Amino acid sequence: MDNMFQRSLEDLIKGFRLQLLGESSFISRALEEIRREIKATDLSTKSTALHKLSYLAAIHGVDMSWAAFHAVEVVSSSRFHHKRIGYQAITQSFHDQTSVLLLITNQLRKDLNSVNEYEVSLGLECLSRIGTHDLARDLSPEVFTLLGSSKSFVRKKATGVVLRVFDKYPDAVKVCFKRLVENLETSDPQILSAVVGVFCELASKDPSSCLPLAPEFFKILIESRNNWVLIKVLKIFAKLASVEPRLGKKVAEPICEHMKRTVAKSLVFECVRTVVSSLSDHEAAVKLAVAKIGEFLVEDDPNLKYLGLHALSIAAPKHLWAVLENKEAVVKALSDEDPNVKLEALHLLMAMDSYELCAKSDPLFCNEIIISVLSVCSRNAYEIIVDFNWYVSLLGEMTRIPNCQRGEEIEHQLIDIGMRVGDARPQLVRVSWALLIDPAMLGNLFLHPILSAASWVSGEYVEFAKNPYELVEALVQPRTDLLPPYIRAIYIHSVFKVLVFCLGSYFSAQESSSGSSSTVAFTYESILNLVNVIEIGVWPLSGAYDVEVQERAKNVLGFIGMAKQDIAKKVNLQDNEAEACRVTAFMEDVFSEELGPISANAQEKVFVPDGLELEENLGDLEEICGKFLKPVESDSVPCADKISFSVSNLRIRDQQEASSSSTSLPPKASSSLLAEHRKRHGMYYLTSEKNDPDSNGTPNDYPPANDLASEILLDPLDPKRKAKHRKSRPVVVKLDEGDESRIITSQAKTKQESVTDDESLSRAIQSALLVNKKGKEREAKGIQI
Amino acid sequence: RKLFFSSLLRIGSFISFFWSFVLRCAPSLNYEIMIHFVLLVSRQGKVRLTKWYSPYTQKERSKVIRELSGVILNRGPKLCNFVEWRGYKVVYKRYASLYFCMCIDQEDNELEVLEIIHHYVEILDRYFGSVCELDLIFNFHKAYYILDELLIAGELQESSKKTVARIISAQDQMVEAAKEEAGSISNIIAQATK
Repeated sequence: MDNMFQRSLEDLIKGFRLQLLGESSFISRALEEIRREIKATDLSTKSTALHKLSYLAAIHGVDMSWAAFHAVEVVSSSRFHHKRIGYQAITQSFHDQTSVLLLITNQLRKDLNSVNEYEVSLGLECLSRIGTHDLARDLSPEVFTLLGSSKSFVRKKATGVVLRVFDKYPDAVKVCFKRLVENLETSDPQILSAVVGVFCELASKDPSSCLPLAPEFFKILIESRNNWVLIKVLKIFAKLASVEPRLGKKVAEPICEHMKRTVAKSLVFECVRTVVSSLSDHEAAVKLAVAKIGEFLVEDDPNLKYLGLHALSIAAPKHLWAVLENKEAVVKALSDEDPNVKLEALHLLMAMDSYELCAKSDPLFCNEIIISVLSVCSRNAYEIIVDFNWYVSLLGEMTRIPNCQRGEEIEHQLIDIGMRVGDARPQLVRVSWALLIDPAMLGNLFLHPILSAASWVSGEYVEFAKNPYELVEALVQPRTDLLPPYIRAIYIHSVFKVLVFCLGSYFSAQESSSGSSSTVAFTYESILNLVNVIEIGVWPLSGAYDVEVQERAKNVLGFIGMAKQDIAKKVNLQDNEAEACRVTAFMEDVFSEELGPISANAQEKVFVPDGLELEENLGDLEEICGKFLKPVESDSVPCADKISFSVSNLRIRDQQEASSSSTSLPPKASSSLLAEHRKRHGMYYLTSEKNDPDSNGTPNDYPPANDLASEILLDPLDPKRKAKHRKSRPVVVKLDEGDESRIITSQAKTKQESVTDDESLSRAIQSALLVNKKGKEREAKGIQI
Repeated sequence: RKLFFSSLLRIGSFISFFWSFVLRCAPSLNYEIMIHFVLLVSRQGKVRLTKWYSPYTQKERSKVIRELSGVILNRGPKLCNFVEWRGYKVVYKRYASLYFCMCIDQEDNELEVLEIIHHYVEILDRYFGSVCELDLIFNFHKAYYILDELLIAGELQESSKKTVARIISAQDQMVEAAKEEAGSISNIIAQATK
C-alpha cells in the first residue's frame, strides 16, 4: 500500500528541476525520505527508494554505500524490474571492501543459471564490474557453462566477462580457454568480436603464448568484413609480430589490401599504426602507410591531422624521410589553431634526431623550425612545458644544430627559465657547463649570446654545479679570447661568483669541522688548486684593453690575493676573525639574493623623487664646467665645427641627423644624447646587426662541434614520458603584468602588434617553405631580429 | 608450415599450452579496460550520466567529473575531439547541448571510440525518437540500460543497432507485463491483506 503514495524516480527528478529551495537542501530532504522508505519490507517500495538513491549517487555524487544490504535484498526479488534496479545499484556502488559482497554470491549463481537470458545478462554485467577473487572463483564454473550456451546473446556477454574473471582468478584460464578458442571459429560477428577482444588483451600480456593461434587470426584478418573485429585483430598482430618477425612478412600484404580498400578512417589509422610500429622493416607497407599519413595531414578535419602527426611521430625515429616528405604539413600544423595539433607537431619534431633532420634539409628550414618551437614553447610564460629538464636539454641541443642563428632567443630563454623556474636550475647548470666546456662553440659568432647566458647561469646558480672546478676551467680556458669583451666580462664575473661560493663552503667546512651541508667538499689542496687556476687564467686579463674586463679581472685578483694569505694560514681559520672569511661571507650574502623576472612596467612604478629634474636643459653646466672640459674630436660628425658640450647644440644637430636617418626615433633629448654617445663609444655597445664588421672571423669559420654533444642528453619523447604527466609541474614565476613575449619584435612594437605578429610569422614560414626563391631573397636582406 | 600449425591445434598439445600460459601468469594480471568511464555532461556543466568501468571511489569520481568538465567545456568548436588528460586520452563529441565523453588508454584507437559514441547516440535516437537532453534527464535509467547493452567491461559488445533495440524492447515488455500483473486489483488486495 505504501508505494502508491511513494514518490517515484520521475517525481523526484521533476521535483528537482522545479525546486526553489536550493539543491543541497532538496537532496538532503530526498535522502531522508529514501532512508525511511528503503527500510520497508515491501520490495516495490524498497526498490523505488533504491532507484532514487542510485540516481542521486550517479548524478549528484551522493554516497550510497550505506544502502548496500538493501541492494542485496532488492536483487533477490523475482521481478525483473526490481532485479534490474538492484543490480544497477550494486554495479554502481559496490567495491572490494563492501562488507556484504559475499552475500550476493548465491544470488548471482541463481541468476547466472536462470533460463531467462536477461537475468543471466544482469548477472554477468554485475560480475564484470565488481568481480572479486572469491566471486570469480566461485562462479567460474557458471561462466564456463555460459561460454557454451546455445544463445549467442549469452555467449557474447560471457566472453566479455571472461577477462575480468581471468584477472581476479587466473586458474579460470585452464577451464575456459578451450571454449574461447572454439569460439574463434564462430560466424557470429559479435561473439567473434568479443573473443578477439579477449585475445587482444591476452596477447598484450603474453604474446608468445598466443602465437600458436596465429593462423586463426590470419584467417579472420583476410576474411572478416567487420571493422571492429579487424581493428582488434590488427592490434593482436602488432603484438605478435614483435615476438615473431616472420609473421610480419605474411601479414604485411593483407594489411596493405585493407588500407587500400577500406573507407573507414578508424581502420586505416589502425593499419597505419600497426605498420609503423611493428612492421617498420617492410618497405612497401611503410611507403603505403606514409602515403596515408600524408592524406590525413592535409585533411581539414583536425582529428585526422592530430592522428596523422601522432602516427608520424611513431614512424619518425626509423623513417626520417617520412617527416621530410610531409614537412610543409608539419610546419603548418605548428601554427594550427588547435593547441592539441600544435603540441603534437612539437612533440613530433622534438622526438626526432634534430641533428639529422637539419643536416638533410636547408638551413632556412632549420631556423624556421627552431624559431617556431621557441615561440610556441615560451608563450605565456612556458605554459605548455611540463618537464623543464627536457626543455632545457632541448635548448642545449638546438645550440648544437649547425647553422643555428637564433642565439639571442635561446640566450633569453635560458636566463628567463633560470629566473622563473627554480626546479630547472640544476639541469640548466649541467647544460651550461656542457656548452661552456666545448671549445668549438667559442668560434661560432652566432652562439656567443648563448655562451654569455650559459656563463651567467653557471655563476648565478653555482650551488647546483656538480664540479665547480671543471666549471672554472671552462670559464678561463684560453680560447675564450675569441669572445667579445662584454661577454668576457660576464665570464669573469661568473668566475668570481664560483670563487666566492667555493671559498664560502671551504671556510664553513673548516669551522664546523664536521661534514658541511654543501655537496662539494673542499680540501686544502683542492681549494688552493682552484684559486691558482683562477689566478693564472685571469691574470693576463688584468692588462686588457677593455676597461670592463680589466676592472673585473683586477677585482678577482685582488680578492684572491687577500684570500690566499688566509688559506695558507690554516691555523687561523678556526676563528671567525680572518678577513677572508668575513669578506667571503659578505660576498656570499650579496650573491645569494635571488634575481627574478622584472616587469616591463617596473620602471614606471618607481616614483620620481622630489627635486629630481630630468627634462630640464643642462645649459648652466657650460658656465661651470666649460673651461675644464676639453672637446672630443669625432670622425662621425659631418660638420667641421668644434663640438661643444652644450646640450642645446647637440640637440639641434641630432634632430637634423635623426630626421635624415632611416630610423624613426622621436627627437627627444635623451635619445639624441644616446645617439651621440653611441657614436663616440661605439665599441662598447652591444651589436644589434648580425653583419657587424667588428665581429671576429667569418660566420663559418669554426670546427665542427666535438663529442661532448653527448653530454647534453635529449631523451626522445617516448610513451612513458607522456604517462609522466602525473608528475607535478615545477613552479614557474609569472608576473601579474608586464610579462612580455620577446620573440621577433623590432624596436617600437606594442602589445597589440605582437598578436598579429604570430600570424604573420606563420604566414612567413609557410611562404618561405613553399617558395624557395623568396627565401633566398630574404636571406640576402638580412634576417630581421 | 600449415601442417605444423594445424598439428599444434591438436587437443593434446593444448594441455601443455594451457599450463605454460597459466604458469607464466602473475597473480593479478590487471587487464586493461578499453573504456574507463563514460560521462555525459551538458553545456552548463550538469552531469546527465556517469558509468564507471574502472574502480574509482565516490570522491575520486566527483573530482574527475569536475576536472574533466572544466577541460572539455572550455574547448572551442572546431578543435579535434581528443584531449590528453592525466596520462589518459578522452574522446568527446558534442551533440546539441550534450557532451559525450569516453576515457581511454594511450594505445587505443580514438576514431574507433568516436564511432562507439556515435553508435550510442544513434541507438538513443532510435529508442526515444529524436532524442533530446530532456529525454535523458527523465529517463536516465533507460539510458543506462541501453549503455549496458552496448558496452560490457568497458568494451563494445554489440555493434548492431537493431539488435540493441530488440533487446531493450524485449526487456521493456517484460517489465510492463510484470507491472500490469502486480497492478491488478486482485494483487493489491492480496498485498493489503497480507
